[in-house]
Amino acid sequence: MIALGYTLVYGVLQLINFAHSEVFMVGSLGAFLTVGLLAPDGGATTQGQGALILIAAFIPSVILGGLTAVALERVAYRPLRRRNAPRLAYLISAIGASLFLSNSVRIWRGPNFETFPRSIKSRIVLDLGDTFFTGILPQSFQRVKIQNRDIIVFVIAMLAMVAVDQFINRSRMGRGIRAVAQDAETAGLMGVNIDRVITVTFLIGGMLAGAAGLLFGWSFGVTRFQIGFLPGIKAFTAAVLGGIGNIRGALLGGLMLGVFENVAAGCFGVQWRDVVAFLILVLVLLFKPTGLLGEKISS
Amino acid sequence: MLSVQNIDVAYGPTQILFGVSMEVSNNELFCIMGRNGVGKTTLLNAIMGVLRPTSGQILFEGRDLGKMHPYERVKAGLAYVPQTRGSFPQLTVLESLKVVVDASDRGDKAALDEAVDLFPRLKKLFGRKAGFLSGGEAAQLAIARALVTKPSLLILDEPTEGIQPSIIMEIEDAIANLTRSGMSILLVEQYMEFALRLAGRYLILDAGEVVSAGKMGDLDEAEMRKLVLI
Repeated sequence: MIALGYTLVYGVLQLINFAHSEVFMVGSLGAFLTVGLLAPDGGATTQGQGALILIAAFIPSVILGGLTAVALERVAYRPLRRRNAPRLAYLISAIGASLFLSNSVRIWRGPNFETFPRSIKSRIVLDLGDTFFTGILPQSFQRVKIQNRDIIVFVIAMLAMVAVDQFINRSRMGRGIRAVAQDAETAGLMGVNIDRVITVTFLIGGMLAGAAGLLFGWSFGVTRFQIGFLPGIKAFTAAVLGGIGNIRGALLGGLMLGVFENVAAGCFGVQWRDVVAFLILVLVLLFKPTGLLGEKISS
Repeated sequence: MLSVQNIDVAYGPTQILFGVSMEVSNNELFCIMGRNGVGKTTLLNAIMGVLRPTSGQILFEGRDLGKMHPYERVKAGLAYVPQTRGSFPQLTVLESLKVVVDASDRGDKAALDEAVDLFPRLKKLFGRKAGFLSGGEAAQLAIARALVTKPSLLILDEPTEGIQPSIIMEIEDAIANLTRSGMSILLVEQYMEFALRLAGRYLILDAGEVVSAGKMGDLDEAEMRKLVLI
């Protein structure tokens, strides 16, 4: 979901929004504060109550994520676009905005991890070690246990991807986004309001990052001012692996990166997980910089 | 309808246009001519808002276009066919037309049908991506795309460039039909015979300045060749 935001913004502006990880952090913080507000005495007592709290927390995290991304575009990128600034200026502005956001939250909330109140309890819904699977699956698979949260995260990520894909390919605004992505100047000359298209693109990317912040916070149970850094870099890796600018590529890249990481963790130990993620980034950039589904952009 | 008043236009420190003025009236086809690099496309870019004049004024139907964005100028009734055609290569022909209808707030389904009726071959290509069109088809799509906004003034930048003669004739017929229907057209063209057949008035630019202007019928062809041909 974070990778979708990177890829959407890149598609329209050919810009890597390095402050996107802070949008994710803000979404996570919004969810944390909402869950804390709705369940001040430590969290939900039943699964149903937990599910309701989680659903309620989606709204502020999505709104906060969207608004933060739009504000970021207005403050950090639009003034540069107006002045036809070089690409390096965008990168510096993105890093500055990222540091500003994360350190603002650090000043407000402090440097330590904050624990999410209880919502839905994790529960194993599919254990491949069950006797049912004996003889069907290889022995190495029998250590796999799928939890309810894995399914929820997967389903929401799939729904988000399908919704964004349909929006881009079927809606009026989606056509405008694709036109701007292909030739912004001509799109403007044909009547497309480029500023509005870019704002909507940041809004969608931010909403997705906000929702991802909630799911991450819920899955791992914590949030912090720097919580977006590693997921942000990995999402960027996933977007590059899938072919940055390609929506389906972002999902494919995310899935593949997750598989590679977990295979590496299973084979060599969890300490290898991040090494493999960044090794993949380097290898993709070296040998297939357009990614798995990306297309080479001709001059 | 369109009044360009004494504009200077520059790319950074390099000035391209020097005190250019012209008037396009209702229901006329006005042609801008000149050699390569004299500032014809720069003038159109200034009219469409891609470039801002450093001095002077551009009025359209009495409104100062000064601070309007290109998309606002389209909403005001200008439509532009760039020299490069400006295709959206990954959008289909139909999507390329619809994106303009959606964005401009001026067009509708009927305008889209009318625009395509001028170039019937586009109907067969609705599902094809614009990046896979031939030069002539891309030019026709670019003109149809501009027409779906039902513009008051259609601006065409060298619509015949690099196109086979049979399609040039189709484009010429379409432009003539549009002129007869009362649409105002501002045409930049180096294909002299094409311009002579269509235009009512002209302006010739040289080194960013207006060196000749008037009625097409009064234009001395020898002088025109001297100013337009390399």
